[in-house]
Amino acid sequence: MRQQAAVAAKVFIQRDYTNGTVCQFQTKFPSELETRLDKQQFEETVRTLNNLYAEAEKLGSQSYIEGCLACLTAYTVFLCMETHYEKVLKKITKYIQEQNDKIYAPRGLLLTDPIERGLRVIEVTIFEDRSLTR
Amino acid sequence: MKNCEYQQIDPRALSVSPASAPQSPAETTAQRSRRKWEVFPGRNRFFCDGRIILASQSGVLPLTLGLIVVTCGLFFAFDCPFLVEHLTAFIPVIAAVLFVFVVISLLRTSFTDPGILPRATPDEAADIEKQIDTSGSSTYRPPPRTKEILINQQVVKLKYCFTCKMFRPPRTSHCSLCDNCVERFDHHCPWVGNCVGKRNYRFFYSFIISLSFLTSFIFGCVITHITLRSQAGKSLVQAVQESPARYPFIPMLNFYTIALVICFFSIWSILGLSGFHTYLVASNLTTNEDIKGSWSSKRGAEESGNPHSYNSIITNCCATLCGPMPPSLIDRRGVLPPDEAISAASASEIELPLFTAKNDAHMNKGSLKLDITEQLGDKKERKVLTARSLLSHRVTLSDCCRYRTSCLSWPVGE
Repeated sequence: MRQQAAVAAKVFIQRDYTNGTVCQFQTKFPSELETRLDKQQFEETVRTLNNLYAEAEKLGSQSYIEGCLACLTAYTVFLCMETHYEKVLKKITKYIQEQNDKIYAPRGLLLTDPIERGLRVIEVTIFEDRSLTR
Repeated sequence: MKNCEYQQIDPRALSVSPASAPQSPAETTAQRSRRKWEVFPGRNRFFCDGRIILASQSGVLPLTLGLIVVTCGLFFAFDCPFLVEHLTAFIPVIAAVLFVFVVISLLRTSFTDPGILPRATPDEAADIEKQIDTSGSSTYRPPPRTKEILINQQVVKLKYCFTCKMFRPPRTSHCSLCDNCVERFDHHCPWVGNCVGKRNYRFFYSFIISLSFLTSFIFGCVITHITLRSQAGKSLVQAVQESPARYPFIPMLNFYTIALVICFFSIWSILGLSGFHTYLVASNLTTNEDIKGSWSSKRGAEESGNPHSYNSIITNCCATLCGPMPPSLIDRRGVLPPDEAISAASASEIELPLFTAKNDAHMNKGSLKLDITEQLGDKKERKVLTARSLLSHRVTLSDCCRYRTSCLSWPVGE
């Protein structure tokens, strides 16, 4: 289980820009994952991630208050306080880890947190099947 | 052969970097655990172990800081005592608050990551290449790669960045000075010594607004000072000439006229710039888009062709200035995993000897020529390097890996 499984392929789920520059990923199910994963589960994961990113970038009263407070303190408040975006990013990392443990790792897949790829892609690593049957 | 001493080097030995082999394990691990900013491919400088990021040339940032500090210093030293005596003690307080705000905004703009996009990993780049139709890759000019997408029911073209090996997200542009793709790229400001992009636009805007207030305030105070002095019976010129802060040999030149002159000339440009950026903020545009006319409606049917605008001035302002603060996408202070550190180290250390191992037979003439076609954005630069120039330029393997396909043809000639 601990031995290094060989990487068979990597699938990249690109960004979806139909709603502008907000961070959203395409929910189209990639063909390479058809043998490994259920389409519903995949879409569910991506949709939850999209919702979390939308929450991070939401223009609501909380973000306005944070912005105005930061402006008044000449932006020095960012040195001590964690921004709302960063808090949501931590939530996203936890969610991805949880999904990996519960759904993807048993199927020989691994989701990489998009923040490690500059919020450009969700990288899904497909490991070779035979190393898991040992 | 006589003028270049080459040695046959076994390519397999190059996978282990020569510097690490004889050293003790403790030293190698210390050498190996490097932070990501140390191997950052763009042209930026890092300080405080990656906490502070600057462009490669600081431009005129020292001049900007110097002008602000000198003007305010002169103001506090020579105008404030008089004005506090004759008017109110709030004047230096207001000036001090504005001065602190200006300097902090300026430093935040200069030292913050503007929204640099990290370059695509090799796997990602390969995946994108697979999806693009390649048409006979042996041509020197591959067609410009664009992708059309729909944003808010409007067709927008995304361009492929050859340096970063990815399709640029909308509103992203590649800064040639910093050699990075920057999100929501506004412009590269030499006064500030950094690009202005998504993450530091609000700092830049507060800098120019507060600087407008500061220069107007100082200008007004100095005018008031001169007026008050001249009201005490003397003429204006006499008032200036008899002031205690007079420079002995040059008439009319004393310290507070210097402040006056600096303020007078900078006010027009700063106020103009503030006005321009206020317009940009209100219509959710960037300087780059405005200059290129990306959204100018040629059809004339729609008022704003900008798909990113919220069509309300207040919402646009709030979104741009008070929106959530996006995180830095380049993990500057992250520690490189050991295997990546090794590959980065060995890539930079595998130099000319690798090429000589391949072309040993032709070394006798010392006339190895390397035909490299370097793709810089949409431009192509063809370099022909001789063996001697390779030695002096220390062309590394990582450099060559960055070049486009159909490079590294080896026309070893005379």
